[in-house]
Amino acid sequence: MTAVSTMTAELVDYAEAVRRYDPVLGIEVHVELGTRTKMFCAAEASFGAEPNSQTTPVSLGLPGALPVLNRTAVEYAIRIGLALNCQIAETCRFARKNYFYPDVPKNFQTSQYDEPIAFEGWLDVELEDGTVHRVEIERAHMEEDAGKNTHVGGATGRIHGAEYSLVDYNRAGIPLVEIVTKPILGAGERAPEVARAYVQALRDIFRTLGVSEARMERGNVRADVNVSLRPSPDAPLGTRTETKNVNSFRSVERAVRHEISRQAAVLDSGATVVQETRHWHEDTGTTTAGRVKSDADDYRYFPEPDLVPVAPSRDWVEEIRAGLPELPQERRRRLQAEWGYADAEMRDAVNAGALDLIEATVAAGTSPAGARKWWMGELARRAKQDEVALSDLSITPEHISQLQGLVDSGRINDKLARQVLEGVLAGEGSPDEVVSARGLEVVSDDGPLLAAIDDALAAQPDVVEKVRGGNLGPVGAIIGAVMKATRGQADAKRVRELVLERIGS
Amino acid sequence: MTDLTRLSAAQLADALTAREVSSAEVTRAHLDRIEATDDKLHAFLHVSADDALATAGDVDQRRASGEELHPLAGVPIAVKDVVVTKGIPTTAGSKILEGWVPPYDATLVERIRAARLPILGKTNMDEFAMGSSTEHSAFGNTRNPWDLERIPGGSGGGSAAAVAAFEAPLAIGTDTGGSIRQPGAVTGTVGVKPTYGGVSRYGLIAMASSLDQAGPVTRTVLDAALLHELIGGHDPRDSTSIPEPLPSLVAAAREGATGDLKGLRVGVVKELSGDGYQADVSARFAESLDVLRALGADVVEVSCPHFDYALAAYYLIMPSEASSNLAKFDGMRFGLRVEPSEGPVTAERVMAATRGAGFGDEVKRRIILGTYALSAGYYDAYYGSAQKVRTLIQRDFADAFAQADVLVSPTAPTTAFKFGEKLDDPLAMYLNDVATIPANLAGVPGMSVPNGLSADGLPVGFQILAPAKADDRMYRVGAALEAAHEQSWGAPLLTRAPELS
Repeated sequence: MTAVSTMTAELVDYAEAVRRYDPVLGIEVHVELGTRTKMFCAAEASFGAEPNSQTTPVSLGLPGALPVLNRTAVEYAIRIGLALNCQIAETCRFARKNYFYPDVPKNFQTSQYDEPIAFEGWLDVELEDGTVHRVEIERAHMEEDAGKNTHVGGATGRIHGAEYSLVDYNRAGIPLVEIVTKPILGAGERAPEVARAYVQALRDIFRTLGVSEARMERGNVRADVNVSLRPSPDAPLGTRTETKNVNSFRSVERAVRHEISRQAAVLDSGATVVQETRHWHEDTGTTTAGRVKSDADDYRYFPEPDLVPVAPSRDWVEEIRAGLPELPQERRRRLQAEWGYADAEMRDAVNAGALDLIEATVAAGTSPAGARKWWMGELARRAKQDEVALSDLSITPEHISQLQGLVDSGRINDKLARQVLEGVLAGEGSPDEVVSARGLEVVSDDGPLLAAIDDALAAQPDVVEKVRGGNLGPVGAIIGAVMKATRGQADAKRVRELVLERIGS
Repeated sequence: MTDLTRLSAAQLADALTAREVSSAEVTRAHLDRIEATDDKLHAFLHVSADDALATAGDVDQRRASGEELHPLAGVPIAVKDVVVTKGIPTTAGSKILEGWVPPYDATLVERIRAARLPILGKTNMDEFAMGSSTEHSAFGNTRNPWDLERIPGGSGGGSAAAVAAFEAPLAIGTDTGGSIRQPGAVTGTVGVKPTYGGVSRYGLIAMASSLDQAGPVTRTVLDAALLHELIGGHDPRDSTSIPEPLPSLVAAAREGATGDLKGLRVGVVKELSGDGYQADVSARFAESLDVLRALGADVVEVSCPHFDYALAAYYLIMPSEASSNLAKFDGMRFGLRVEPSEGPVTAERVMAATRGAGFGDEVKRRIILGTYALSAGYYDAYYGSAQKVRTLIQRDFADAFAQADVLVSPTAPTTAFKFGEKLDDPLAMYLNDVATIPANLAGVPGMSVPNGLSADGLPVGFQILAPAKADDRMYRVGAALEAAHEQSWGAPLLTRAPELS
């Protein structure tokens, strides 16, 4: 059986696979909590320190050391549970998950097992086209992270073939919350999108709750993706595989897609899917077989005798609930109503990551339509062209507000505004500063304008003749010449008035 | 001049406070005694003479300058080697930790250092506190000062022998199933297992987390109270530590010593008597009940029917927790590291080779038992059932304490046996703890006080159990019994022990 799963390289075309099989997902997301100290001791939990500098006897698992639960970690776990519409346990315990591995200092992981702090919740996940899929949450539980192994000398960076391994215990004992879904049914061909949107929605919630920096590239959020196929939605669940450590939104989507195609090929060949963990390969977009799950995986769980049960009082839970910030979905609904955006406009803004920017621009005094015009127009084009995120452009909501203010007051026109934008993006300063440095202000003094008009009239006597004859069409040529002479700084409307006045028509 | 090693800790404390002696003299006297006797006894695994003398000198200097010090400041102490001591090697009696010098102090050691008690050294014990004879130490037997051919009890045989032989006035022990009280009984010393959570476990190398408790090993009940008050009390680093303050133990001991137990209800546990209890042990116990009656106590019989299952439950819960607690000894971060003699050197194989070479047979036996008991498919039948028995034993205690203020029994069923006598029969060895184990399973405090000698001149112990957090009751009863005994014997029991030097 193993041979089939590891050697079947063929994939069934994705569209074909989801036509013949109904995919079922299960997603486990680990989030590292952004507490100052670790789950069970006072060692610092910050990222990027010198290896093994952030340890105590507890996080090194030294003889005699005992754990003490971090209250903030419990509070964060409750926040997550509440945000996912979970029930919060009145009492729950930690257990020991016993297994030998050098990055686990005590050779057991302290984790919640059969008594999670939060359970029975749900999250509505919105896809890019606005479709909403409800994901049922089975549980959210607390546990400690392991240390980090670096395998040196092998070709793959994995332990096999390595000459030696280094272990950094700075990460050991960092608090984690693991969120486990119930089987995600009914996603059909959109299963990869649902998986991605779910993980992305969680990431947004973690950030909004302030429980984690939730930076995917640092491994703050890690997803294990379970996929199984069945012939039809009314058939029993198929055998699942668990693809471990899929650590970007795009990879989540790709990994699900790949597993669906691969499992479809296995099933088509008449073989059965092997229940196993699989490794995700970012470079090739494929998975390969890892460890086969078997009865030998016996972690000998038992209640952690060094900790007392966690019994969050109902008062405390309600206090935390009352203090929850507005969640991303509620906020989107509120902002859309406040701004009067159409559904499609709102979705585009969300997908472009422009919400915060537009909100700040509006807060700085610009109309929602004006803010949208800049961020989703000129700046979105610019970001796409430079292949950066909108928020990475070197322009702030305050700049945009100032710019729009200049336009509204008539000091510059739309055309000049684009030049001002260029200047700001080029680092020449705020819009005001760019306007004065580049001398871009609209010329409102009639004196210099009249001089330019007279020059233009003198240069085009034929046009003057036609206009005098009652044909106003060609007047644009005069206006254009004036605008050119004033480098666009003139107010075209005023120029027109003056030209007609001058010609005396 | 009096032999300073013969004084109790309370007497030494008074003499030091009155500046009749210096801590340097007291400490030196005990180090000399260790020098003179420990070749025979082997109570110590490590003697920290320099450390002790430095503390003593510091105490003398501070006292001379008029500084207010803890009453026990300058009184030397020995510490069981299962308690981590910063800068002083700590082995837990195991080869797997040989040479390990901890980078931190246990909370109780911090308190001892803060009160400035010179630490004489670390005492011998059964490996990882697993045993009742100290024969399972990886570093050789400790001998019983009453008869060098006999065991000093265990696992804390080193601490009990050191105190019994006047090598130290005070010692720290740990008690998971009787490792303080049973050695106390067979060496004629006082041993106290406090209420679970009464003394911080932070820095105790764990055998069974839900059962382990550190406590005093002394020659008098008052000394035990003084030491208990020093090391006890809440510790935020131990989640199972009791937040409320300790009851006043020294006051209870002083009150008890006046000999008035009028109105006190003493419950004799029916199940902790009869078959398996040596005749002398039962006879001394019965005589002491008469003593308590004479002091005004009402002696009643109580029944704790589930105590019959205590040993069986203990030998599932203890090894289960131990199998997990001892997983950290793997050669990766500290202590012994053994590479496999052949084949590839992988982490897993180094762990296996290290544990194979570093652990003794009794430790391996318990790890195997515990690993089995926690395995999928067996958990409910073994660990699960044992926890249910534990609950029933707790209920037995609750019922018994409704009828009696304290419960009493012989501490151990026999006097000290000879080396090797029970080594090949683990079950016979385990039976030594039959009377002490229920207290650990229920978390209640227990004390063993000297209770006379058997016909062949070996000490016998009297156990007093009290409800959780009512440790003061057993100090009152223990001190009363001790005072009455010493009056009838004419001197403390240990004055009848053989001279060793």
